[in-house]
Amino acid sequence: MRGNGRMANGEWRVASLAPAIRHWPFAIRHLAVALAAIFIALSPVQAVEPGEKLKDAALEARARGISQELRCVVCQNQSIDDSSAPLAHDLRVIVRERLVAGDSDAQVLAFVEARYGSFVLLRPRLKPETVLLWLTPLLLLGGAAAYLIRARRRPAGAPAETAPLSPEEQRRLAQLMGEAPSAPAHRHPR
Amino acid sequence: MIVEIGHFALVLALAVALVQMALPAWGAQVRDGRLMQVAEPAAFAQLGLIALAFAALTYGYVTSDFSVENVWANSHSDKPLLYKISGVWGNHEGSMLLWVLILALFGAAVAFYGTNLPESLRANVLAVQAGIAVAFLAFIVFASNPFSRIPLQPEGRGLNPILQDPALAFHPPFLYAGYVGLSVSFAFAVAALIEGRTDAAWARWVRPWTLAAWVCLTLGIAMGSWWAYYELGWGGWWFWDPVENASFMPWLAATALLHSALVMEKREALKVWTILLAILAFSLSLIGTFLVRSGVLTSVHAFAVDPRRGIFILAILVILIGGALALYAWRAPQLKQGQLFAPISREGMLVLNNVLLTVACATVFVGTLYPMALESLTGDKISVGPPYFNATFGPLMGLLLLAVPFGPMLAWKRGDLLGGLQRLLAAAAVAAVALVATCALYWRGPWLAPFGVALAVWVMAGAVTEWTSRIRLFTSSAGDSLRRALGLPRSAHGAVLAHLGVGIAVLGIVATTAWQSETVLALKPGQVGEVAGYSFIFHGVGVGQGPNYSEQLGRFSVTRGGAPVTALTPSKRTFETPRQTTTEAGIHAAWGGDLYIVLGDALPDGAFVVRAYFHPLVRLIWLGAVVMALGGALSLLDRRLRVGAPRRSARRHAVAAPSPAE
Repeated sequence: MRGNGRMANGEWRVASLAPAIRHWPFAIRHLAVALAAIFIALSPVQAVEPGEKLKDAALEARARGISQELRCVVCQNQSIDDSSAPLAHDLRVIVRERLVAGDSDAQVLAFVEARYGSFVLLRPRLKPETVLLWLTPLLLLGGAAAYLIRARRRPAGAPAETAPLSPEEQRRLAQLMGEAPSAPAHRHPR
Repeated sequence: MIVEIGHFALVLALAVALVQMALPAWGAQVRDGRLMQVAEPAAFAQLGLIALAFAALTYGYVTSDFSVENVWANSHSDKPLLYKISGVWGNHEGSMLLWVLILALFGAAVAFYGTNLPESLRANVLAVQAGIAVAFLAFIVFASNPFSRIPLQPEGRGLNPILQDPALAFHPPFLYAGYVGLSVSFAFAVAALIEGRTDAAWARWVRPWTLAAWVCLTLGIAMGSWWAYYELGWGGWWFWDPVENASFMPWLAATALLHSALVMEKREALKVWTILLAILAFSLSLIGTFLVRSGVLTSVHAFAVDPRRGIFILAILVILIGGALALYAWRAPQLKQGQLFAPISREGMLVLNNVLLTVACATVFVGTLYPMALESLTGDKISVGPPYFNATFGPLMGLLLLAVPFGPMLAWKRGDLLGGLQRLLAAAAVAAVALVATCALYWRGPWLAPFGVALAVWVMAGAVTEWTSRIRLFTSSAGDSLRRALGLPRSAHGAVLAHLGVGIAVLGIVATTAWQSETVLALKPGQVGEVAGYSFIFHGVGVGQGPNYSEQLGRFSVTRGGAPVTALTPSKRTFETPRQTTTEAGIHAAWGGDLYIVLGDALPDGAFVVRAYFHPLVRLIWLGAVVMALGGALSLLDRRLRVGAPRRSARRHAVAAPSPAE
């Protein structure tokens, strides 16, 4: 049973429930069991609140961009930009405070990461344990290219398409053509 | 009593599936016609029994029989009939029952339409189908029984309100039809490996099933995304959530399979690869089921909370996927290699399509499972979110979209890139105009967006070019064009339509991602807000009453440039059982995009939080998906592809094979 909004330690967190509802359409099959047991009034999903917004439009736009890179750590796979959890609210405020204090975007992300761990970053940093994650697309593309090039080199010499037909094949071809006189033999490239 | 009959029928279906798995496969091995013929009546019997079980559970829901644990836990007597019925699959046990029902439907369809398949192939396919059924029926009977009784309860706990929605009622059946439809391709692939024989006829038999599954999957995913858009309250339509990815991966694999089966059918190439793709596509469906059910997504520890189901599904996974892949490793090298072709050819482009789709699929797979794998190996917790997927999946799709129009323009076997490019000159010009125009209009917007628009236009224009060049529109008389259009096989129209749909959806995705605007306000009655040229006056909040909820309705009138446009009433619904609130956005759809207003919480000073969004061209996303599905459906109606294609056409194909592209 996968509990939406259920913490790893088994506690139900109201904060993480409301945001989790967006996963339900695809998780329809298991959720009612998990959720029917809870009779808590949930507030609908809400993100940025009017009071949080910065006056400076450019700074606010940066704050929104950063918010989409940060995970609401008590939610399921949701950025703080989308979440109504109190923790997401706190993080949004922190992000804006740092921006007002003059931090660059990278500094803000580093600031939050230092306090909440790398789990908070929705774009994992490239480091030894994530090398495979980031390189998978490139490795696979390279592998496919190498395989295709090798496969192409292998039949050195005459390509099979110009190999003469065996007597058996010629007999069969003649038979087929004879069977279907309308077959467009003249359209054959060679 | 009726519920017990359903339970009994389900156990009986398991027994029938066991027979259907064993006897026909044995018969195919020893060439015993009578044993092989068991498969057909068994498939029908299985469908009948599972349908009976499903009907019995539905009866329990419709009559609100709260002595059935499953009904009690997921239904309520006040619910509208539609949601009583959709409640059957709105929970774990019932949805598994729906899964096997659809599996049995596909099995019976293979038995019914497959009368012209070679006898042993049909027996093997149906035996493999039955093997899958055995696994899942056993899972239901032993670990997820929907028929278990409890002492009669006065009232049920109700279905989650968020699921009480028409789109959501039909989302799971479509999604499952897609997942399970791929089991037919899987069964064909395994049967081909058992027999050690694949040819163009095999591809021709497999393609309609894959196509049908793909159409259902496309619609199912689109429905889920559409629901998320209007129901969740901020207009997001895709979140790269693991549960979404679980349905997206089989779609990507199925799309690749459709294209590689085409190469196999027309040119007898890519055989071994096509078989592998067929196995992988269904394996991803199974993995999707596992991901969602076992709880590993929430946390690797959740697996231990209810290990029986998780381990059961894991065992199914290992046996079905592991078994099929082992068989593949053993038998595939013995399959005859196919025809050769030049890299610049239609086959070459379809290989490129397959490489990009497969790598994209693998990227989604790795991105979805990486955090889980890393945590169980090292204990480190990381997040892989939308920024990762946008950075990796995005460029791969960009390359693919760039290549899409070339495919149909190149000849089979050896194409002429320059010639293809020449024929696409008009399409390229249109795309260039789109690029310049978007740059001029939105020169301060995100710099990637105009390229995205150009790419979408390029794909659409490419599809139209293919169509006009095939019917010689403008280069021939109107009558001749019409004659050609009528003579063109439906699958050709279908392919054009499907590619057009891709372009439409991409345009919607790019536009709404790059240029959506939003505003968040605290409004008191009488105050006015503005977004994207619309003004909306807030008139206050009224109350309403639904069948099983009460609601707060915000009343807005919308004007644009002083002229009245519409009135919107976004609402907040409060359900009693279970006690929960949902939002219903007020949406005004126009050609340019959607105005989307959400009513938020009341503030202490009497104001309400109001969120207003403008989502430009957002409807094109789902319109594109529907056009894609229509294209697939049109191809499905092609006479040449008719389910279990007649032998006559198979022979005609054999004659026509040496001729160059039509």
